[in-house]
Amino acid sequence: MERPAWAPRSIDISVPSVSRIYDYYLGGSHNFEVDREAARKAMEFMPGLPKIMQANRAFMRRAVRYAAHEGITQFLDIGSGIPTFGNVHEVAREARPGARVVYVDHDPVAVAHSQVVLEGEADADVVAADLLKPRDILASRQVEQLIDLERPVALLLVAILHFVEDRDDPYSAVAELTAALAPGSLLVLTHASYEGIPLPPGRAEGAVDVYKDIRNPLVMRSRDEIARFFEGYDMVEPGLVPMPHWRPETAPEDEDPYAFSGFAGVGRAS
Amino acid sequence: MTAEPDGPEDRLRRFATIWSRAVFPVTSTSLTRPELEEQLLPLARRLSEALRARSFEAETPKAVGAALVGAHCTDPDALARSLDCVDAYLVLYCGEDGPQEDLRTRCSRLQHAMAAGFAQKLRERTLAEQEAIAQAALRAQGVVAQALHASEARFRAVFEGAAIGIGIADLQGNILEVNGALVRMFGGGEQAVRGRNVSEWTHADDAPQVWRLYDELVRGEREHYHVEKAFYRPDGTVLWTNLTVSLLRDPDGQPQYQLALMEDTTERRLLNLRLRYEATHDALTGLPNRTLFFERLEKVLAAGEGQRFGLCYLDLDGFKTINDSLGHAAGDRLLVEVADRLQSCATAPGEMVARLGGDEFVALTTGPDTHREVDDLAARIMNALVAPVRIEGRELTVRGSIGIVEGPAGEHSPAEVLRSADITMYRAKSAGGNRFELADPEADARAITRHGLTTALPAALERGEFFIEYQPLVHLGDGSVRGAEALVRWLHPQHGVLGPDRFIPLAEHTGLIVPLGRWVLEQSVRQVGHWRERCGEPGPLRINVNLSPCQLTHPGLVQDTVDILERAGVSPEALCLEVTESALIGADDDLLKPLRRLAEMGVDIALDDFGTGYSNLANLRRLPVSVLKLDRSFTQSMQQFPADPVDLKIVEGIVSLAHSLDLAVTVEGVETGAQAEQLRILGCDTAQGWYYARPGPPDRLHELALVDATG
Repeated sequence: MERPAWAPRSIDISVPSVSRIYDYYLGGSHNFEVDREAARKAMEFMPGLPKIMQANRAFMRRAVRYAAHEGITQFLDIGSGIPTFGNVHEVAREARPGARVVYVDHDPVAVAHSQVVLEGEADADVVAADLLKPRDILASRQVEQLIDLERPVALLLVAILHFVEDRDDPYSAVAELTAALAPGSLLVLTHASYEGIPLPPGRAEGAVDVYKDIRNPLVMRSRDEIARFFEGYDMVEPGLVPMPHWRPETAPEDEDPYAFSGFAGVGRAS
Repeated sequence: MTAEPDGPEDRLRRFATIWSRAVFPVTSTSLTRPELEEQLLPLARRLSEALRARSFEAETPKAVGAALVGAHCTDPDALARSLDCVDAYLVLYCGEDGPQEDLRTRCSRLQHAMAAGFAQKLRERTLAEQEAIAQAALRAQGVVAQALHASEARFRAVFEGAAIGIGIADLQGNILEVNGALVRMFGGGEQAVRGRNVSEWTHADDAPQVWRLYDELVRGEREHYHVEKAFYRPDGTVLWTNLTVSLLRDPDGQPQYQLALMEDTTERRLLNLRLRYEATHDALTGLPNRTLFFERLEKVLAAGEGQRFGLCYLDLDGFKTINDSLGHAAGDRLLVEVADRLQSCATAPGEMVARLGGDEFVALTTGPDTHREVDDLAARIMNALVAPVRIEGRELTVRGSIGIVEGPAGEHSPAEVLRSADITMYRAKSAGGNRFELADPEADARAITRHGLTTALPAALERGEFFIEYQPLVHLGDGSVRGAEALVRWLHPQHGVLGPDRFIPLAEHTGLIVPLGRWVLEQSVRQVGHWRERCGEPGPLRINVNLSPCQLTHPGLVQDTVDILERAGVSPEALCLEVTESALIGADDDLLKPLRRLAEMGVDIALDDFGTGYSNLANLRRLPVSVLKLDRSFTQSMQQFPADPVDLKIVEGIVSLAHSLDLAVTVEGVETGAQAEQLRILGCDTAQGWYYARPGPPDRLHELALVDATG
């Protein structure tokens, strides 16, 4: 067996993982004490963090249903993390039976867990790969088996790009992915930002520092910087907006103030 | 299901709405609140039924509590809010008209059971998820460990199978691991490498920095180094390698091991040495060649203060003749013999002999005292050439001319030094050869390098830098001017007028002689045409023009000559072409054919410098010549009176022989009246020389002829 390029030299569960922290925010128990400790520390600065995660999940759910409604049957979810509930394949299938989903993550524990969850699923699979190596993803056996790149694909980059620093050039990685997709494909994206956080800037920075401490720096980007990820794609109405404003199904006014942190949007390949 | 306003169904729905509103803010579901309400509605119905059921059954409310967990209302607050909601509204909305007291009691028990069901389910789920994530971590670790194991196995295979030698040693130099390739490089014996210490691997040829770099590396001051290094194999032979040594650090950055990668370059090195030898040595003689000599000279000239150099530039005298007459094989053997002798002259350290090409050799001496040494060196060389060289049963006398340059290092470039030596050698040669001359900067400045002249020749012809002088040919019987020999001169822009001996050999060498010779012939024939027009008496004047060996073999010779004569309107009888005796040595019919054709047309052919070559008298019959020109060496002794009787006899014999073959005899170099008289008595027909006139412009001859005609 070949050691995949993504695989770390060893798995160190004494180091917090962003996907397990995410799971903790969502009320899950797929996490260890180190993860919870980091999560609690961040929540000292931003108590509403779980609400942001929840808003991400809710947006993703709406976006997947939108994509299914637009006739898309193939989904590529990069940075899928620990499968909990309301996963893409569940949402997609509910809207469009037979939809195919490939999850991608570079966290070996998340991948191992996903494999268990997806065991026996013919139309969903998981790839251990890095967003920064699009070719590894596109050329993977799983993508080859489940996704026809000649037909439209919904590419999900939900709450992942803010973990990629500029020096690793996330723009060209995204460009390489979007360029590989057929016309009509959708790019579904959310990204953290200082814009919209209902806190004084100093407080939010404290939470950002926590991620820095666990060597998974959180990169806050401005709306303009986030919009650049959609280059070559046409924004679907209502454009790049705070999550609750994207095609809401209930009144945005009812949402938790934290849900308005960051931006979400969907673009379409022309 | 339609609900009539305020009917039981409507009231149930309102309860579910209130419940969902209470719980939604503390859930982490991705559902919308209305969707959550749809999920809570059946739970509310079950609670409602359990509230009014005849007997209390804990299973239903427990299941409802568990279902809350299933709907991701896992936050403790979600339970608290649910229980608050049940407590406050269940009886109100779903109690219908039952006995309030009983309903309240039942409602409390429902809440207890709901809480228990929630807690139990949450505990189950938490444990299951903890189990799942732990399993996932284990699985991931297993995958990584397996991958590591596989990669280790691969690296081991790479290590063992590599063609390059790999060795690992600790920082004390103890060799810990070596691969097969490295063992094989050392001759196959494991004990030769394993368990030994790096420091034992010194070699006499180690560059000075090799062990300094090593020390820096093991001290952690250097990450890697790359050297060419030799090792002793156990059998005593040498292993040459390209060696790269890298420092391996532990994860904390502390130096831990040294890694050596070595490539066996022994074969390549031998090949390189051989190629280098071939590139720097002359294949014929084995002496260093021009390349190596220049390298050495460059080094010598770049040496520091107090260092001097002495250079002898040797060119064999008359080597071309040997090559031409005895063939190249003999010439080559001669060069090999000369090379051997030269080599034995320069055996001291700092001395070297090289062959620059052809018959040109150099000997170099270096050191602080070359001023004296270089003369000795030149003398040794001259001495070494004294003994004749025996080749194919012949004893060949070898002579050489040497130009010596001596001086301090650091003043001149190699090219300048060599040029000076070349000029000086040429001076020695001009002075008669078989001698050495010391470079003299003033003489250098005046001297003309053969090279410079050779490259200037073509342009000189185009620019009209050549001109012709005419030396009268006088009839010995009556002293009348019968014609003239055309002698080409070069009016060089820097060096002034140069005689043909300076540039004709160069023109021969480059082939420029053909156009130059044609130009001379054209000019001369036109000139004789003018003379013949202006004075017809006492006999029509004739012109002698020299033909070089190269022109002889040129296919256009006959046609060119005919064209030139026709164009000038001059009859062939007015022309005499002079060919040297040596040019006709061993001439076959092909070479003689054009001369024969010219002779048949009426052009005279004169055999020039007769008596200097390996004169083959028997051959004279065969040649289409009508004139013999005796070399000046025969007449030199007649300048005094009385002349050497032997010379007289020889000339007399030649004249008699020539006349019997119907050949006229012309003598050159007549400088005195006594000489002229003597030659007349001996029967020579015509003469030329300073006694009559030096070579001069065409008008002079015209005047002479007029004087002669009137006198």
